Amino acid sequence: MLGAARRSALNIGVRVGARRTLKSVTSGIFSTKITRSNGGDRVRLYSSKVVPLTAETYADKVKWNPEFKKLDDEDIKYFTSVLNNANDIITDEQDLLFYNEDWMRKYKGQSQLVLKPRTTEQVLEIILYCNKNKLAVVPQGGNTGLVGGSVPVFDEIVLSLANMNKIRSFDDVSGILKCDAGLILENADNFLAENGYIFPLDLGAKGSCFVGGVVATNAGGLRLLRYGSLHGSVLGLEAVLPDGTIYNSMHSLRKDNTGYDLKQLLIGSEGTLGVITGVSILCPSRPQAVNVAFLAVSSYEAVQKVFVGARKELLEILSAFEFMDDKSQILTARHLGLEHPIESGQYPFYILIETSGSNKDHDDEKLETFLGNMMEEGLVDDGIIAQDETQLKSLWTWREAISEASTIGGGVYKYDVSIPLADLYSLVEDTSARLKEAGMVDIDDDSKPVVEAIGYGHVGDGNLHLNVSVREYSKAIEEVLEPFVYEWIQNKKGSISAEHGLGFQKKNYIGYSKSDVEIEMIKDIKNHYDPNGIMNPYKYV
Amino acid sequence: MTKSLTAATPEIMSSKLKILVPVKRVIDFAIKPRINKAQTGVETKGVKFSMNPFCDIALEESLRIKEANKGLVEKIHAVSIGPTKAQDILRTALAKGVDTTTLVDVGEEEVEPLQVAKILKKVVEKEDSNIVILGKQAIDDDANQTGQMLAGLLNWPQATNASKVEFSGDDVIITREVDGGADTLKAKLPVVITTDLRLNEPRYASLPNIMKAKKKPLEKLKPADLGIELAKKLETLKVEEPPVREPGVVVASVDELVSKLKEFKAI
Repeated sequence: MLGAARRSALNIGVRVGARRTLKSVTSGIFSTKITRSNGGDRVRLYSSKVVPLTAETYADKVKWNPEFKKLDDEDIKYFTSVLNNANDIITDEQDLLFYNEDWMRKYKGQSQLVLKPRTTEQVLEIILYCNKNKLAVVPQGGNTGLVGGSVPVFDEIVLSLANMNKIRSFDDVSGILKCDAGLILENADNFLAENGYIFPLDLGAKGSCFVGGVVATNAGGLRLLRYGSLHGSVLGLEAVLPDGTIYNSMHSLRKDNTGYDLKQLLIGSEGTLGVITGVSILCPSRPQAVNVAFLAVSSYEAVQKVFVGARKELLEILSAFEFMDDKSQILTARHLGLEHPIESGQYPFYILIETSGSNKDHDDEKLETFLGNMMEEGLVDDGIIAQDETQLKSLWTWREAISEASTIGGGVYKYDVSIPLADLYSLVEDTSARLKEAGMVDIDDDSKPVVEAIGYGHVGDGNLHLNVSVREYSKAIEEVLEPFVYEWIQNKKGSISAEHGLGFQKKNYIGYSKSDVEIEMIKDIKNHYDPNGIMNPYKYV
Repeated sequence: MTKSLTAATPEIMSSKLKILVPVKRVIDFAIKPRINKAQTGVETKGVKFSMNPFCDIALEESLRIKEANKGLVEKIHAVSIGPTKAQDILRTALAKGVDTTTLVDVGEEEVEPLQVAKILKKVVEKEDSNIVILGKQAIDDDANQTGQMLAGLLNWPQATNASKVEFSGDDVIITREVDGGADTLKAKLPVVITTDLRLNEPRYASLPNIMKAKKKPLEKLKPADLGIELAKKLETLKVEEPPVREPGVVVASVDELVSKLKEFKAI
């Protein structure tokens, strides 16, 4: 149990959205500003639960593949000779928990071995051996994934990139960063900040997730609206393929039209083709002036209208446009133990707008004029503009902490979907209605299995996060939600995974968003590069 | 422990409160200051400035006094001494709820606490203030002197580092945190109060109020308009970073630890 306690401490402290919260809370003179006293009981409740084994929970869905070899002492002896550092091999059951469980405490594998190589050559030797002996492998980054893709399902070996965490080079003229895959995103961004640059991706888990991990999952995050997808900003990769090839395209070319763009296959491959060991990425100049406004509006229609207005009037300085529903804010307020910053009352929807530019006066004037217009038109009911960095970070907390707040009841079913903007929020309403019909949901009544269905997300990208916050994971809830949610999305021609990926959770549902032809082509590629299927098995397709 | 403070020239508390809140524009608390290339000070170009957090707390306190005691406060006047850009934080103060503001434009010059106190004394007289609530210190120079000097110049009682401010009849009751407990002071108007961190949590400026604040008047003065001539008493010779702490080493065994300790002459 010791391990579980330590693990849960990590869940509370380091993971996901709380990272920023804690940073703004504990740094410097405002250390008393935000307390978590009210959340205490809930946190204990949450961490006391034991995570059931994925293999048992989903026994009807997935079976161990007898083609794979079971790990034995000979194998461990070999890996010890490759890594030759006792700290880089983990076999202790308690220590393994950290790598076997996902942060949502929903999935739990039974791996007996974690390998933490320090060089690409070591990764190569490990993968070659595993491929030859048909030992299944799960490449793991910061283990902050949301679809169970980064933890083993059965006894797969965990290959953690945590020890490959160096910056290889940075060119301060072109802004091209080359680094190891295991570099923590926030460390990369802090390094870039020192040089006047910014990592073109930001997300709540930045303090834990790895650069290699965000590339392997093609994470979207909070600033996709501004800096685009990783398919555009990643310039090259270094990866170890199962047959022992080191694929290396770590060059610094923005333009290169010679042959197939092979790195694109690895971006978003979720560890099913190979292990990404290095990343070359183009980083933009860091904005000098950042503003954040938090707005209250009375309908989803108003959210869309404000978005149209923001794109038009804020144009080049608009860097994030996020929306949140009232229920997500209620849960976040409970989780943080704070009053909501909008004091004039509760509103059906909230919007967070961020602008990033080079001239504060220019941006201030644009933002204030825009917001003034929106208020005059009656689209915005109330709002706040952050007056200093501390307020700016606090306002972001009300968006970033939702993900963690959604788990306070005990767990969360996460759906991360792309839907045409006009229909985006109807999914939350319909899911909510369905749960009510089933008599399952009550935000206060602990005897109901579901706390609430909440919606929030990146309006700018047409990406909704539907989170069903639950007091327990159960088949009954799952049956109400699935395949209902997936069919709903298919009807609207949306994607069942906008940015979280497929992982284990959505493996069987790819058909709702991809055609048979597409799935066949994906399988062909997988079989070509990984004929033994050792790379992150039981997932993806 | 309750001490009574009385002004040298006591006034009767029949008068309503006319609060003066001095606010300073400083490099934002969340930003790590960097020393400029010439080593004459910190780099201010392209750096975010905000209201000094302690001033924000003083501002918040005066607003709360006004809200909690109907009819007690006649007006809240905010003043900032700084560059022209300091009007940004005065706009913030207006948006949060102060009635009027003055900017004493001193250009890019740094002004020492005594000069600030002298200017503030003039503003107190001009605005006929009977209570000054200000931050205990600014986070840029950390001087923690202005409030005390101002009280001295005005010959008013002072209550520094307040963690609670209450009004009871004619008395102002101020609680301050001291080592091992709380110190409670009682004073009659006029009084100078400096604010500590735990006094309150400042509010956000709401959008409608920010819009309204744009239309409120903002008085601009030069030190000369108040009969003050700025003169520096201190000269900055050089500003440099503290020495960087040497990184530690990881040892694999007790023997290695012992030999390392010997190497560094620690044992």
